[in-house]
Amino acid sequence: MKTGHEIHDAIVARKLSAVEAVSAALGAVTAAEPMLKAYLTLTPERALERAKAIDQRIARGENPGLLAGVPVAVKDLFCTAGVRTTSGSKILENFIPPYSATVVERLEGAGAVIVGKTNMDEFAMGSSTENSAFYPTRNPWDGEGVPGGSSGGSAATVGARGVPIALGTDTGGSIREPASFCNVVGVKPTYGRVSRYGIVAFASSLDQAGPLTLDVRDSADTLEVIAGHDPMDSTSVDVPVPHYAASLRADLRGVRCGVVREFEEALKSDAKMTALFQSAYRVLEELGAQLVPVSLPHAKYGLATYYLIAPAECSSNLARYDGARYGLRVKGDDVFSMFEATRTAGFGAEVKRRIILGTYALSSGYYDAYYVRAQKVRTLMKQDFDEAFERCDVIACPPVSCPPFELGAKTQDPVAMYLMDYFTIPMSLAGLPAMSVPAGFVDDLPVGLQIVAPAFEEGRMLGVAHAYEQATRWAWQREPMIGSAAGGVR
Amino acid sequence: MKSSERNGKFEPVIGLEVHVELATASKMFCGCRNEFGAPPNTNVCPVCLGLPGSLPVANARAIEFLCKTGLAFGSTIAPFSKFDRKNYFYPDMPKNYQISQYDMPLTTGGGVTLASGKRIGLTRIHLEEDTGKNLHSGGSIARSEYTLVDYNRAGVPLMEIVSEPEISSAEEAEAYLGELKSVLSYIGVSDVKMHEGSLRCDANVSVRPSRSKELGTKVEIKNLNSFRFVGRALAYEIERLEASLRNGERIVQETRGWDETTGTTHSMRSKEYAHDYRYFPDPDLVPMNPNVADAERWRRELPELPAAKRERYVRDFGLPAYDAGVLTEDRPTAEFFEAVVAAGGAAKQAANWTMGDVRRVLQKHELTLAQSKLRPQTLAALIKLVENGTISGKAAKEVIEPVAVEGRAPQDVVAERGLAQTSDQSEVARFVDDAIAQQPDSVASYRAGKEKAFEFLVGQVMRLSRGKANVELARRLLKERLG
Repeated sequence: MKTGHEIHDAIVARKLSAVEAVSAALGAVTAAEPMLKAYLTLTPERALERAKAIDQRIARGENPGLLAGVPVAVKDLFCTAGVRTTSGSKILENFIPPYSATVVERLEGAGAVIVGKTNMDEFAMGSSTENSAFYPTRNPWDGEGVPGGSSGGSAATVGARGVPIALGTDTGGSIREPASFCNVVGVKPTYGRVSRYGIVAFASSLDQAGPLTLDVRDSADTLEVIAGHDPMDSTSVDVPVPHYAASLRADLRGVRCGVVREFEEALKSDAKMTALFQSAYRVLEELGAQLVPVSLPHAKYGLATYYLIAPAECSSNLARYDGARYGLRVKGDDVFSMFEATRTAGFGAEVKRRIILGTYALSSGYYDAYYVRAQKVRTLMKQDFDEAFERCDVIACPPVSCPPFELGAKTQDPVAMYLMDYFTIPMSLAGLPAMSVPAGFVDDLPVGLQIVAPAFEEGRMLGVAHAYEQATRWAWQREPMIGSAAGGVR
Repeated sequence: MKSSERNGKFEPVIGLEVHVELATASKMFCGCRNEFGAPPNTNVCPVCLGLPGSLPVANARAIEFLCKTGLAFGSTIAPFSKFDRKNYFYPDMPKNYQISQYDMPLTTGGGVTLASGKRIGLTRIHLEEDTGKNLHSGGSIARSEYTLVDYNRAGVPLMEIVSEPEISSAEEAEAYLGELKSVLSYIGVSDVKMHEGSLRCDANVSVRPSRSKELGTKVEIKNLNSFRFVGRALAYEIERLEASLRNGERIVQETRGWDETTGTTHSMRSKEYAHDYRYFPDPDLVPMNPNVADAERWRRELPELPAAKRERYVRDFGLPAYDAGVLTEDRPTAEFFEAVVAAGGAAKQAANWTMGDVRRVLQKHELTLAQSKLRPQTLAALIKLVENGTISGKAAKEVIEPVAVEGRAPQDVVAERGLAQTSDQSEVARFVDDAIAQQPDSVASYRAGKEKAFEFLVGQVMRLSRGKANVELARRLLKERLG
């Protein structure tokens, strides 16, 4: 299958039409879908119409943009004008937004063609896509395994070679963990790098959109397209967006790579995982990097901190789903019983659990002990990273503690599921850019390597990931179980 | 309870929370128009409807308006301020939380100086968003089959001005509101139309024995949507609380609603059922840091405020305090008055005309000063006509109407209607003789020693001459004739 930049180049060179590229992607996606279940909505007519328009623009000699004619998928929490946007929830099952998210507009503005909306954990709450109110998605590398979450559908369709690029969101690891599980590249940008306008909110101070792609170059291009200040989102930062592809490098001479002591310790008992990361660090060294031990002493409080802040924000963000204006409505005797009946029927168990957690954490008498204290720990976590980055340029560490697990393995144990985000949450709390890049296989299942950089240093991070990717090419070493042979554009 | 309390005097302690809709062009957190009276749900967008994924962006103009208000009242602008979410479920609130300010309001301190000279301290002024409007099909929620919601008002910038509990009577509360309204309209931050809901008021009231230092248990009264309501509701509530104390009853801390039709307050909820609003900083908005340069510019842009004008009118124009108060209530009136004086009209005359006949004529024709054709120079000219004896004060009252409504020149009206005062002895003598002939009874009473009859006869001369007779001449001739 071709990557996004290969498809773009072929289309611009008129060796391939956008309609051909999009038709091939739709074919691959549709073929894999009965097993994979990566999508909640497919939009073939809309996609082909747009592809046609791209071809016409190319015929007129215009350059439709960095992603001209590239078939893409977006997680079903990005609002798409006129196309159902469910956020994986029954409460928005029939919600058709009248407007599009800024990143969707930017993606389409750069010529990308959306083929569908991908499955996800309800309101992005989960690490396996099993919390989707509709159906679970499968792991393309293991039909019995989960694709990770909450951006599981996006990771799975890229992993299965359906589309080369998909958008996800990462609140505590929701891009990086599924990227690791599905053997794809997944980037969580700096908080404020990408507009959140039009993205159904989970936890506002943590949510950030980013690409899941076949290779690092596609992530660089996609990020360049979607990043930048948006007047509709006051938390988006007005920092110039570089041409990220220019920072992709082939070696790592002069780069100091931090290796996190506490994370090595946490993973010590798992010999196979430890061996995989040791060999990944060796590759970095062979590429010229210098390995530097660093410490994140407050990382161990990450999970506890995250599970106060994220639910607190979600308890407020999700209050608007009450049946009064849009979405599901279940009738009641009066307006408040209508609210109650609607929310009882419309939200799944995990969403309810987090709303209750967050409501409790914000309650009078508990607010200072929980929410305020959690924000203080968050500051300490940022300081940990500041100190670490005085000694290194990037941090290399595991994104996950294990390869993809089987469906149902953790659904009865919420805390076990929460622990999946142990290695990704600290960066989320600190607002730092972090990504996962394929790093090999454990028991024939994919595992990624996490690269972390200081705020707004996505270029540096992508550069390191690119050198590692080009030296190892883990994404191309094996064929996925689902979707491979039929796969995409060849 | 001590017997002195049962029989003695009580004093009320009142604090007011006034919500003011700001007159910005757009809403607080989106670009929708901020206007009153548009067809339902036409000034709405994904942001003010709280659609999934929408985000608020703070209206810089609203922040400026609030800070200007603070500066007008001598408040301190916070160097760091933020928005918080106030969480509760209600269908007129699209997000089921209201973006407001909890512990770091934009301004603190300051005070409102009343015409009486008393200063009521301000606790804080903060910024928030208004809710939509519920329209119950049956008039009230209990009698309604369904309720419609109009979200045009949702997200309109709302400023909450919180006073210290320093107001000590219902009348003083009305004076405080009057002064607030006056200043807000002077600085142009609000339309201050209570009937359109641009000014709404909640009152906290408690009653304590006179000379007691401790505050009594407070009651909050909601839904006070006109100045008259505020006065009546407070008077009622103060009575009720005093009666309770006299009867030795314990006052319950609660929220009470004012019912205009019955003229009473009723319990809405007690403190035990108070909401837990779960305030926390809104993560969708960045903190505000109003800078010193902006504050300096805003301060310079403030006009002279009513309190300063009142003082100046008394000091420089020698006006009575009452006149100064009436003239400065709203800015167009004060500016008109000052322009009349600047154009040469004597200050006291300018004040009398502005407060009296001008206002009467404009009210009759349902005009504002700005809508009328009356120019300060014209009024000054009219005043001069009276002053130099060209026309009488009575004739001038006839002249003002065509001048103010049709924009005629006073001299033209005087000429056309033949209103010029006459000092021609033979002409005035004729009116005097006619008056004496027509009023033999009054002549007899005067001659019997009743001085009042003389004034009546002067009046008759003026009536017969249609105000044209020089009044001094008329008096002299009358005296001569009646000998």
